[in-house]
Amino acid sequence: MLRPLLVVALPALLVSAWWIASDGSTAVYWPPLRTILKTFPDVWTGERLRTDVLPSVLRLLAGYASAAVAGVALGTVIGSYRRVRAFCEPALEFLRAVPPPVLVPVIMLFAGIGDTMKIVVIASGCLWPVLLNTVEGVRAVDSVMAETARSYGVTGAARLRHVVLRSASPQIFAGLRQALSIGLILMVISEMFAASNGLGFAIVQFQRGFAIPDMWTGILVLGLLGLLLSVVFQFVERRALGWYHGLRESSRRSP
Amino acid sequence: MRGTDTALGAAGLAVLLALGEAAPRLGLVKEAYFPPTSRIAAALGREAGDGAFWTALGDTLTGWALGLTAAVVASVAVGLVVSVVPYLREATASTIEFLRPIPSVALIPLAVLLYGTELRSVLLLVVYASFWQVLVQVLYGVRDVDPVAEETARSYGLGPWARTRHVLWPTALPYVMTGVRLAAAVALILAVTAELVIGAPGLGARIAVAQASQAVPDLYALVVVTGLLGLLINGGARAVERRALAWHQSVRGEVAV
Repeated sequence: MLRPLLVVALPALLVSAWWIASDGSTAVYWPPLRTILKTFPDVWTGERLRTDVLPSVLRLLAGYASAAVAGVALGTVIGSYRRVRAFCEPALEFLRAVPPPVLVPVIMLFAGIGDTMKIVVIASGCLWPVLLNTVEGVRAVDSVMAETARSYGVTGAARLRHVVLRSASPQIFAGLRQALSIGLILMVISEMFAASNGLGFAIVQFQRGFAIPDMWTGILVLGLLGLLLSVVFQFVERRALGWYHGLRESSRRSP
Repeated sequence: MRGTDTALGAAGLAVLLALGEAAPRLGLVKEAYFPPTSRIAAALGREAGDGAFWTALGDTLTGWALGLTAAVVASVAVGLVVSVVPYLREATASTIEFLRPIPSVALIPLAVLLYGTELRSVLLLVVYASFWQVLVQVLYGVRDVDPVAEETARSYGLGPWARTRHVLWPTALPYVMTGVRLAAAVALILAVTAELVIGAPGLGARIAVAQASQAVPDLYALVVVTGLLGLLINGGARAVERRALAWHQSVRGEVAV
């Protein structure tokens, strides 16, 4: 009874505080929440959803998916062979340390300012957390389990799928989660740089045109998008890692 | 074993650099897009001789350090209060989960309007982004407190302050340190991003200028500098972590191996 109440209490309190505090606001940059919410449906109708939100989300998904596939594939190879790992590690550490947004100008040189550039930017930022976490995960495969699988003759694709990737999957998901927020950031930045559509583009347009309430609705949309992605991710993770969470829960209860 | 690993790693770096030199020279990639390593190195030398470069580096580091410090102090304070006061944790959970995924770059237009290209714009983004990294870690860390230790401290008559100091804090510290390490990297990303997009003075702004003036080798040189900075920050954060947690199992175990 108390719990659901607690969950909604603070958000409700904060929103009403914002509403009341900004109600009589005449400050140009802090429009009343009333105005922002009234502007919201006008700005984000079907037309803009199709021309701005949809392309943004598609780019994000394309970049994220290619980074996930490449990261897991490369990470498995690098993680499986000790020498390859030693060979690549310093170079990888350096490449990962480069803040992803500074790659936007570099990638613009190669790929121009089209969709390809944005997808490459998103993928190049998302790749590292997935790659490095996969390497760590593959490396940490339980040696008893690996030996058991070998002695039962589980090799090749079956070994990869059921032993290596399965036992690395908690780590891989940790990487995928980090990559998600990086991908979102890079999506917005690449669109702020050079674009003719997309969420980042729209928000900057509003700001430059001093359409302040519209700009605020854009910030809200990005927040909602971030929230939606993280909820979807949590759902997928819970399905995929159900066995793992269950295992941890039971080992915690009986140490 | 260790020696061969280091040698292999050095070989890997050398191959990377050699590829960077050979590919444009052999015409595999266009030199205008991808200058050979030697020209990037020359540009790096040119930058290092330029006073404006060091000012930019200083600006970036100032934004990074101030933002990170503010975020860590605020998130540790908030995290401890939220987890110590009954019910506050459950009451804030949904709000934290809602605010956390908001990408900090969404605040760029707001920062531009409020502060223009001042340092405060950078700080707004850096603090917002790093705050959540540490806060979530603090919350996890406090939840990990051993109930037996907590009860023992209670039965010995330790007050709330002493319990926080001697039971809660040591338990949470490894988590906090992980959070600080993550936040240090995030703070650098956001500091450079803010400079790049907003134009606040710093390395990011210098990259934007290099791009606009088609100074491609300089562009690459500056990107390399941000990468080195990232490495330094990561290494530094790990060193701090090791010192602060010298007593902790994870670090002691590391040394013994």
